[in-house]
Amino acid sequence: MASTNPVLRQQVKRIYKELLHMGRDYPEGYDYFRTRLHRAFASQQHLTDPDEIKKRIGRAEFVKKEIEAMYFLKKYRSLRHRYDPY
Amino acid sequence: MSGLRILVPVKRVIDYAVKPRVNRTQTGIDTSVKHSMNPFDELSIEEAVRLRERKLPVESITALSAGPAKAQDILRTAMAMGADKGIHVQVEEQNALEPLGVAKLLKKVAEGEKSNLVILGKQAIDDDAGQTGQMLAGLLGWSQATQASKVQIENDTVTVTREVDGGVETLKAKLPMVITTDLRLNEPRYASLPNIMKAKKKPLEKKTLKDYDLDLPTKLKTIKVTEPPPRKGGVKVEDVDGMIGKLKELGAL
Repeated sequence: MASTNPVLRQQVKRIYKELLHMGRDYPEGYDYFRTRLHRAFASQQHLTDPDEIKKRIGRAEFVKKEIEAMYFLKKYRSLRHRYDPY
Repeated sequence: MSGLRILVPVKRVIDYAVKPRVNRTQTGIDTSVKHSMNPFDELSIEEAVRLRERKLPVESITALSAGPAKAQDILRTAMAMGADKGIHVQVEEQNALEPLGVAKLLKKVAEGEKSNLVILGKQAIDDDAGQTGQMLAGLLGWSQATQASKVQIENDTVTVTREVDGGVETLKAKLPMVITTDLRLNEPRYASLPNIMKAKKKPLEKKTLKDYDLDLPTKLKTIKVTEPPPRKGGVKVEDVDGMIGKLKELGAL
């Protein structure tokens, strides 16, 4: 791909790797997470417009925050149920 | 006011999401499963980091773990969350420390590191002893505030709000101090990949119990470990009379 923007390409790879790392803690398992993550990124690979790509990177950052929040909530809830019996 | 030198002990436990299984010889539980940091210890690391982020004069945050070599992974996580350095005290899994042993070790480390604040999780989710913080405060002769849900520090006065039955209690004490964390103290951050990478460059000291002149033999002997009996299913009653009959049968009426 001649039109690849190296800066954006690196950003996409970085967020992909970060998400992949978070997938290790995913409740449904790493494989479940990885295939879906890969599919989500692969479905966007036709994008060439830099603004559009930036928008999708922003979306990936948002998803990362959501997963972090979900992990926290899951942990908090299961501990609460374990130690506060009501 | 001199700076805060915070010591945060962390424990490597079986991950909270994993259901522990008793091993076949009934001597313990299967430890070949996923491990992670004790969730209550995550809260204490987070609190230490937040004290620093609140612009308090935090001089150092030291994470400590005593356990097998894999405890180092947990220390790296602690450092990724914001601890400055880690101390790993090598202890083999079969001579795992008991709460009193841990408290004795922590006393030595706190003295060696010149710590003036120790933040511990209130309990570990594996043996649920909930004793270490209290025993450490006793050994050091420091003030203690357990089950903290809010910590405020002004000069060398610490105000801790703690959760007690039926409400909250507010304590005020001077440093040095031992605090144990409750679940609602804060929301621990996620140790992200870039931070884990950065944490690899932070110093990690390797020690043994001998370095602290300690010999901590196990005082408790585990005789047998079994699973709790499975819950017996209930019965469905046809009508009110059936229910009354059943209750009488059980001696409840």
